[in-house]
Amino acid sequence: MIASLPLTRRFRWIYAAYVLVFFIYLAAPLIVVGVFAFNDSSFPALPWKGFTLDWFVANTPERTGLFHDRAILRSVGTSALVASCVTVLAVSLATLNAFLFERHRFPGKNLLFILMLLPLVIPGVILGISILIFASRIANYFDFNHDIFLDMLRPGLLLVVLGQFAFLSTIATLVISARLRTFDIQLEEAARNLGASHLTAVLTVTLPFLAPAIIGAALICFLMSFENFNTTLMLVGSDAPLTITLFSRLREGATPVLNAVSLLLMLGSMVLALVAVRVQKRA
Amino acid sequence: MRGNKASHGGLGLGVFLLMLPLLLWLLLLIVLPHVDMVLVSLRERIGFAEHRFSWMHYELFFTESLYWRTFVRTAFISIFTTFLTLVIAFPVAWYIAKLVRGRRRSLLFLACLVPFWVSELVRTYGWMILLRESGVISGLLQWSGLAAGPVEMLYNDVAIMVGLVYASILFMLVPLVTTLDSLDDSLVEAAYDLGGNHLSVARNIVIPHAMPGIVSGSIVVFMLSVGNYLTPVLLGGKDSMWFTEQIFTQFITRFNWEQGAAFGVLLLVLSSLIVWLGLRLSRQSFAETMR
Repeated sequence: MIASLPLTRRFRWIYAAYVLVFFIYLAAPLIVVGVFAFNDSSFPALPWKGFTLDWFVANTPERTGLFHDRAILRSVGTSALVASCVTVLAVSLATLNAFLFERHRFPGKNLLFILMLLPLVIPGVILGISILIFASRIANYFDFNHDIFLDMLRPGLLLVVLGQFAFLSTIATLVISARLRTFDIQLEEAARNLGASHLTAVLTVTLPFLAPAIIGAALICFLMSFENFNTTLMLVGSDAPLTITLFSRLREGATPVLNAVSLLLMLGSMVLALVAVRVQKRA
Repeated sequence: MRGNKASHGGLGLGVFLLMLPLLLWLLLLIVLPHVDMVLVSLRERIGFAEHRFSWMHYELFFTESLYWRTFVRTAFISIFTTFLTLVIAFPVAWYIAKLVRGRRRSLLFLACLVPFWVSELVRTYGWMILLRESGVISGLLQWSGLAAGPVEMLYNDVAIMVGLVYASILFMLVPLVTTLDSLDDSLVEAAYDLGGNHLSVARNIVIPHAMPGIVSGSIVVFMLSVGNYLTPVLLGGKDSMWFTEQIFTQFITRFNWEQGAAFGVLLLVLSSLIVWLGLRLSRQSFAETMR
């Protein structure tokens, strides 16, 4: 069943139809979410009552469009803040990790590498609760024994950042390591033969080479943090990131405002994803 | 060269400093929290901030049928989902890897990736709009005359599985396409030339070659399903009976952290066991599979 083998026409058609159905399956939920953002009805459901931009711009007692919905706008800001912090932390750690694993040999390296990979096989909910438990233990300890109140270790944004940092570092490390592995070490040696110090050689030769992977990893981290739900759910305090706000709205009963947010979220993530793919490809 | 000594030597100061952030991250965010989760699951609250060692939360899990039934159910649906994902994804992966070329091929591959850049919440919301009583599919069925009245397709196990397969199929597709791509076409041709039929070629040539991809895809899909919260809760409704939901209830609603931690440990054991089994059966190493 490869291109060079003769296949009956009928088989080819059935196969192509299957693949087509598969792509419809992939696209259908995204398309309906987008389309119903423009339906002139209070519910994101059929029948179609005409085109409107109300769910984006309206500011009437009956309809509050996305751009006037304070709670949603605030949670977008919260998500952006969290995602930025997580991205900076994860990418910095990942760059160091890449150098550690690709450039150095030391006892216990394999074990450390496996430990580094662990977050990939820990379900997000469990990562969330374990960090919640541990942070509370530390906070309780200082509270009971030293009368120090470490409110930041109670559910809230710091814990959300730490929880996401815990698993995104692994992903970023894999992305950056993969590129560092293809780096020709002789380039760095040449720089040093020309008089550069080790640090200068890394900063002026190796890091620019790594830049596409670093930018790519940063975009991936930002996106995955922005969209994370499982880990965030367990660690969130009173400031809710976007996904948490959307989730509680969804449980109260969906309105097309949610479609409007989702549509913008989709467009945003696709732009970021395309940039990430482009940056990686150009390298 | 001067600095290179550290690069290949043992545990020099430079290497140690480079390792320090990683060690801190591992210890403070991964290892200690999980150790603590185990400790908390093994204690019983006997007063304000007073605890003693106890197995009671694990005993309760085995004696309370709701709990272990939910656990078994979660495991089985996840295994079935993994199998379903593999069966659905394999022909598509084959199509992309072997039957299309050039631009069309990278376009198809990109089209597979697109949904997964979108938040899981948005995707699940899309399925709700499609499947619910007042939803798009119900509307289409009525309009075409196939159904007399509104059809509720949400809040059942099929809906959960449709959502779970959707949520994780990319993680099956990518490794499959990668491994199938590396299968030399001439091997397949040779197998047919030697008289093989579709079945024997698939069994003796294609599947053994694709095994690494099948295993790593299955592991990731299983993990994502078993640890999923959004999809079962939103598509399965009140009776979705998903184990992560139990964990959430114990932690957030009942504030019974000890019980929740015990459930967390059990879920972690289950998912690690499956990962280990998968690797064992296919004789692969964890580090290689994850790369």
